[in-house]
Amino acid sequence: MTPRRRRMLLVGLIVLGVASAAAFALTAFQENLLYFYSPSDVTEGKAPENRVFRIGGMVTEGSFHRPTGSLEARFVLTDYAHNVTVRYSGVLPDLFREGQGVVARGRMNSDGTFVADEVLAKHDENYMPPDVADTLRKQHDKRVTTPIPAN
Amino acid sequence: MIIELGHFALILAFCLTLPQAFFGLAGAAYRRPHWMAVASRAVAGQFVFTALSFGCLAYAFFQNDFSVLYVAQNSNSELPTFYRFAAVWGAHEGSLLLWMLVLALWSVAVAALSNNMPQAMTSRVLGVLGLISGGFALFILLTSSPFERLWPAAADGRDLNPLLQDPALAIHPPMLYTGYVGFSVPFAFAVAAMLEGKLDSAWARWVRPWTTVAWLFLTIGIALGSWWAYYELGWGGWWFWDSVENASFMPWLIGTALIHSLAVTEKRGLFKSWTLLLSIAGFALALLGTFLVRSGVIESVHAFASDPGRGLFILVFLAACVGGALGLYAWRAPLFKSNVGFAPVSRESFLLLNNVLLVAATGLILLGTLYPVFLDALNLGKISVGPPYFTVAFLIPMLPLVFLLAPGMHANWKKASFDRKKTLLMMLAAAALVLAVAVFWIAYDLHSVLATVGIAAALWVAFSALVEPIERLRKGHSLSASTLGMCVAHFGLAMFIVGATTVESYKIEADLSLRPGQTAQHAGFDFTMNSLRNVTGPNYDAIESEIVISRDGKQVAVVHPQKRTYRVQTNPMTEAGIDVRWNRDLFVAMGEPLGDGAWSLRLQYKPLIRFIWLGALVIALGGVISVCDRRYRQRVGATAAAPEGAAKTASVS
Repeated sequence: MTPRRRRMLLVGLIVLGVASAAAFALTAFQENLLYFYSPSDVTEGKAPENRVFRIGGMVTEGSFHRPTGSLEARFVLTDYAHNVTVRYSGVLPDLFREGQGVVARGRMNSDGTFVADEVLAKHDENYMPPDVADTLRKQHDKRVTTPIPAN
Repeated sequence: MIIELGHFALILAFCLTLPQAFFGLAGAAYRRPHWMAVASRAVAGQFVFTALSFGCLAYAFFQNDFSVLYVAQNSNSELPTFYRFAAVWGAHEGSLLLWMLVLALWSVAVAALSNNMPQAMTSRVLGVLGLISGGFALFILLTSSPFERLWPAAADGRDLNPLLQDPALAIHPPMLYTGYVGFSVPFAFAVAAMLEGKLDSAWARWVRPWTTVAWLFLTIGIALGSWWAYYELGWGGWWFWDSVENASFMPWLIGTALIHSLAVTEKRGLFKSWTLLLSIAGFALALLGTFLVRSGVIESVHAFASDPGRGLFILVFLAACVGGALGLYAWRAPLFKSNVGFAPVSRESFLLLNNVLLVAATGLILLGTLYPVFLDALNLGKISVGPPYFTVAFLIPMLPLVFLLAPGMHANWKKASFDRKKTLLMMLAAAALVLAVAVFWIAYDLHSVLATVGIAAALWVAFSALVEPIERLRKGHSLSASTLGMCVAHFGLAMFIVGATTVESYKIEADLSLRPGQTAQHAGFDFTMNSLRNVTGPNYDAIESEIVISRDGKQVAVVHPQKRTYRVQTNPMTEAGIDVRWNRDLFVAMGEPLGDGAWSLRLQYKPLIRFIWLGALVIALGGVISVCDRRYRQRVGATAAAPEGAAKTASVS
């Protein structure tokens, strides 16, 4: 091989390597984009069917249910317009409580419940995840009469 | 009264940044030694008043002065004394004051340890640091003063966030800030070099120790944060690709690239413009991190202070710093051309690849971190980028990096032939592969090919890092501190990779329910819950369970995980029970009561997880060693011109 052809081959390999690396990275990026939906979006059918997404809202008072000694939990998320039932199996975060804002990651089940792989509840009792606060504010703007918890 | 004194001291510190900036920059521009002398005096004064201001705030915490709003929000009379001090930087306002103090410390250090530099250079660096200090002082005074009074005074404080009541987290912010803020020094040096229009290997030699020290503190800070998250958050993870973690990790990656590119600039006079860009980028990312954390644009454990005004200020400040520096770069960069060449296979090429890959990794992480912020700002929907993206995006550039490291370490400058070391390197590679396969076959029942490849590469790096020191030692040759430091740091990196890869590939995790008297099997161990009891701490109440871990009937360990409720903030907190061995952790965290005496438990088996933090510490140790190199303490051309001065310099620094 002449030095020139060797150089061309080297450049070609580098381009190929970079291109495939970029392709990998972009695919990973596409696959891991998590969209955020409110219970209203989900009820209106805006949320995807077979894709992981995040849902946020308040845990409805009195909706939390878990059989004694079991890890299978079930609760209702609300944005004070619509409700979505969430199922989760595992240890819930320390700050999970009824009447609190939480964000869950998972996908919709065929029976219309949301099956979460992860539930996040953050910060102190005065804190609400920004996404959840935003959703609630939107609902509030739509129907001014709905009472909204102070934040 | 004390707190007003603190406020006043901070105002004075701000006032002193103005002469520091003006006389530093103008003095160097007009070559007026007296002006430049004023700049270094101003630095000392600025430091004294910032320290005084910080001291006043700390005093208010010690005195439980709840008439100060910030103290009332972040402390409590029941809070143990140690945490009362840590509470000073427990929230936004105080942590910015800490930031300011650290910056003042760096400035004073530059002023004191710069005897080996020309006065104009020091002066310019101090001038730029003065501008940055001024910006931050103004930021604190205008938007985030910790010196506000609360009237009427609170009877007791709202207590420090329980998550922060932990020794590792008490020292995590100072370490991290020392690193973060430290990147302002290479930035200031870069701006000074551009103003001066001169960038030679002496310049690189001045910047290198500063960059390395900033970088090693950042390394320790990040490692501490990761360690803390592991045992305190109760999830048992060590890295979450959380936006704020990314915000600290990106400057670290750029800092690592900068350290390597500075080596080329010093030894070969190459990569000059690139080094300047990296210096600017490192500081820009540190500021960006501050913006992300402080403006509340991202959801994160750290985003405790959401205030658009603060975010806007930092954004404007960021734009001014980076825009100014890049403008200067566009104007001055043509001055920094270098005409030396190097062969395609040479140490320069390896370091170039190192830089390209590290910057690519940073770019991919930046994309994942900022993309959601942009979409949100443009009202295009709310998204977040899942951790798997970051893992893949990070591994793509890092795998080749690790493979190139072993030959790179042994490549010669200008043109590498590998004649002498080819066989040795190949043998080490073979040994690494065999060892990786064998050990992981026996210990972990090998099932991940990627993990084996990663571990083999890491072992290869570890072996190659040992070659040079062992060879020199055997022949009785001396080994320079910077070479030894490099070898130690690379060995630490290898330890980290082995730990991280093993944990991620072979960890075993389960959530399950257990009541006293019951036993659960997990990862070959029996976990028996003996009892549950109530415990009272200084400012919390807790439920503690006693878990006996045994294997084949033999008791291995007893752990006591707790679920704490802090009395003031009433948040439940998880204290994990961890049994530590060098080769594995058994992690038990209590979830919540499930009724009928049963509790949900998180049981995790984490092989080699200690290698992650140990590796990070060894990396930092490598930094410490290389900073001790003698050539950093020598005056330029001093050996011939002024041996007396050189000796003095060496003893001072």
